[in-house]
Amino acid sequence: MGFMNFFQHFLSDDWGVHPDDHKRPAADQPVRIMPVPAKLYLPLQQHLGGPARPAVLVGQKVKKGELIAEAQGMVSAPIHAPTSGTIAAVTEITAPHPSGLTLPAIILDADGADEWCELQGCDDPFALSAAEIGKRVAAAGVVGMGGAAFPSAVKLSGAARASVSTLVMNGGECEPYLSCDDRLMRDAAAGIVDGIRIMLHATGAKVALVGIEDNKPEAIAAMQAAAAGFDAVQIRPVPARYPMGSEKQLIQVLTGIEVPADGRPADIGVIVHNVGTALAVRAAVREGKPLISRLVTVNGNCASQPGNIEVRIGTLAEEVIAFAGGLKGEGIGLARRVMGGPMMGMQIPHWRVPVVKGTSGILAFDAVEVAEQEPNPCIRCGSCVKACPMGLLPLEMSSRIRNEVYGEAIDLGLKDCIACGCCAYVCPSKIPLVQYFVHAKGELAAQDRAKLRTDATKKLALQRQERLEREAREKAEAAAKRKAEREAAAAAKAAAQTESVG
Amino acid sequence: MNSAAITAQPIASPHAHGGNSVTRTMFRVQMALVPATLYGFWLFGWPSFFLWLLTILSCLGFEALALKMMGVTRIKRTLFDGSALLTGWLLAMTLPPWAPWWVAVVGGFIAIVIGKQVFGGVGQNVFNPAMVARVALLVSFPVPLTMWVSPLPLTSLAAPDFIDGLRIFLTSLPQPDAMASASLLGHAKTELSRGIDLFHSLAGEHAPALSWIGARSGSLGESASLLILAGGIYLIGVGIISWHTPAAVLAGLAIPAAIGHAVDPGHYLSVSAHMLSGAAMLGAFFIATDYVTSPNTPAGQIVFGLGVGFMTWVIRTWGGYPEGMAFAVLLMNALTPVIDRFIKPRILGRDRKGKPLDIPESKGA
Repeated sequence: MGFMNFFQHFLSDDWGVHPDDHKRPAADQPVRIMPVPAKLYLPLQQHLGGPARPAVLVGQKVKKGELIAEAQGMVSAPIHAPTSGTIAAVTEITAPHPSGLTLPAIILDADGADEWCELQGCDDPFALSAAEIGKRVAAAGVVGMGGAAFPSAVKLSGAARASVSTLVMNGGECEPYLSCDDRLMRDAAAGIVDGIRIMLHATGAKVALVGIEDNKPEAIAAMQAAAAGFDAVQIRPVPARYPMGSEKQLIQVLTGIEVPADGRPADIGVIVHNVGTALAVRAAVREGKPLISRLVTVNGNCASQPGNIEVRIGTLAEEVIAFAGGLKGEGIGLARRVMGGPMMGMQIPHWRVPVVKGTSGILAFDAVEVAEQEPNPCIRCGSCVKACPMGLLPLEMSSRIRNEVYGEAIDLGLKDCIACGCCAYVCPSKIPLVQYFVHAKGELAAQDRAKLRTDATKKLALQRQERLEREAREKAEAAAKRKAEREAAAAAKAAAQTESVG
Repeated sequence: MNSAAITAQPIASPHAHGGNSVTRTMFRVQMALVPATLYGFWLFGWPSFFLWLLTILSCLGFEALALKMMGVTRIKRTLFDGSALLTGWLLAMTLPPWAPWWVAVVGGFIAIVIGKQVFGGVGQNVFNPAMVARVALLVSFPVPLTMWVSPLPLTSLAAPDFIDGLRIFLTSLPQPDAMASASLLGHAKTELSRGIDLFHSLAGEHAPALSWIGARSGSLGESASLLILAGGIYLIGVGIISWHTPAAVLAGLAIPAAIGHAVDPGHYLSVSAHMLSGAAMLGAFFIATDYVTSPNTPAGQIVFGLGVGFMTWVIRTWGGYPEGMAFAVLLMNALTPVIDRFIKPRILGRDRKGKPLDIPESKGA
């Protein structure tokens, strides 16, 4: 291996980084199922797109799986009660976001009975039409389980329209520390393969390529066993390299096709779904079960018993950690709380933040892992250029952003940045490059909004001016007309008088 | 500007770091220089050690002074990031080993104050600080900068001991003629200018020796080409530098040298003479690969390296100075922003010009 690493430096196509994956021992621990907590906190926006609209009243009794908030708009997803109980409030809670801002949410008091509502399953999903499958997946509130939480039904029906030929299944799980997908593939391979076949049926794709990083041999073996006999489902081990699980990178590695910069994967006949999503699709179609729980990895040096835990959506991170064995030394040495993975996850201000549909990990990092240091000046070493999986020049972009020359940063490809964090990870000067890019994107969005506003104001002002001018003109014309009429009448009168006199 | 807001407390991902640091990078480059430096000390004795030490110390001293004058609050952090130390080390590698003490001090001042801090400090300089100092010294003080000595290994009887070494270093006494010696490039140039072709000048009894193991006159960095090469390969192996720049520098020097030598061996030095002389190896692996002053993309580094190699050959062959590496590096440093502007990596999903790839017609949604 030493020689291979040495040799790799001679090959220029060496994108991405190879972080220490920290996946074990958490990945090897059996899944623990967490009991339902007394209160569940369900944000109305757990997905990309429009927030859901509450469909229940405070004090209303709901059963497990019952719809409590419905999808709103083209891209949205409904939310269901993760257990039976009473709606306690519709209010604002801390969002899973670094800002610590609040977000509208429904709070549910569990009654402890955990009683299902009536479910409408289906014994033969392959007899259903693609549209019907899409409808059931949408109704079950299934979203991408990899973290981005894009409503799955929107992608499925979009794929069916775009005549997609290849379904790429993302089992890469390239983020260090996380092992929930690994665990799912080991424990529920048959269910995932079944879900993949349902998705193939729903999209009309001919083949599903399941990309799994080669640092998960157990998952690869389990998936290969489960996919045996289904020619359309192909298990493809891929090299462990971050960000292998990024859509564009995984598509290129598995199919050799590049997604155009302004296009979507469907444009080149591919869609990408996470393996966890396949399992949720299967539950939604076969059993009619909505998405109300998920696997979450609890990890980090401060977690006393790292592992994967099956958690109801809406459970507070605090309670998940307590169930998982708490923090070492009551949290002494805790340097950062993260939801998601270490490379792209979000720092959260405290643990009283609920698990949402896209939460893959709850990480408690100590100071050594975070390695927080004051940034030094850029020495132009080019490590970030080598690491960038998109072929960007992070050092040049950040120097433009530092000088607020956003236009040049865009020319350099700011909008192609996927915020994977490779550049900041390798930077010897510890420059928070992603922070720069996120800041610039936010600033540009604000500028766009401001421009829209000033454009609208300008338009209104122009219209008003035009209207005033028009009115003045019309007034003047009317006055002139009246004056002319008056003069004409006076002239006629004078003429008549002259006549009578004469 | 809200750069304060950006950097105050990073809240964006990633929440992990690979562990590389400026200090570690600089330390590894220094490690790569150790074998050649120690061998140079052995060849040229105590005076070369004193020169090396004072060059580094004066670089650190002027760095500290400049930082203090600029009002930098945390001087130690910047001072010991290893960059000033490395600049001094590289400069010392290119000086005549018995150069007097004030060469080290003036060199350190030019490198750090004029070559680096005037531009805004680490990462901001356009030109390689060590080469700026080397060239300024050569142009200003041509005599001590071209006074080479024959190797006098520490173990030999004639070698100056510690005290004698210090005296040579501090008093800059004229060196005994017996010890003075021209480098191969200088010798060839002088003889050519007198109308004596290379067949005669290099075949003579006083012709400078040429050898891979470096038992010949020259600076610390040019004597042991093999050890410099080994250090360079180590740097490529651990990923501190990529192979593109050194390979391009050596190719840019070797290709015209091979053609010239094939056409007229009487007037053009051979490839091996070029490769093993002067700062060819040190320049290719340690000078041209300087992060700050060279391009960031592999393709840009190849263009840059070829330019350095070719310019070196041109200056050596037709220029007024026998050695041209430092001039070539400075010339190409000036072109680096232009190279970086025109040579950029291809963005995934876009063509070389930055236009998005075409969406296939049949699949368009």
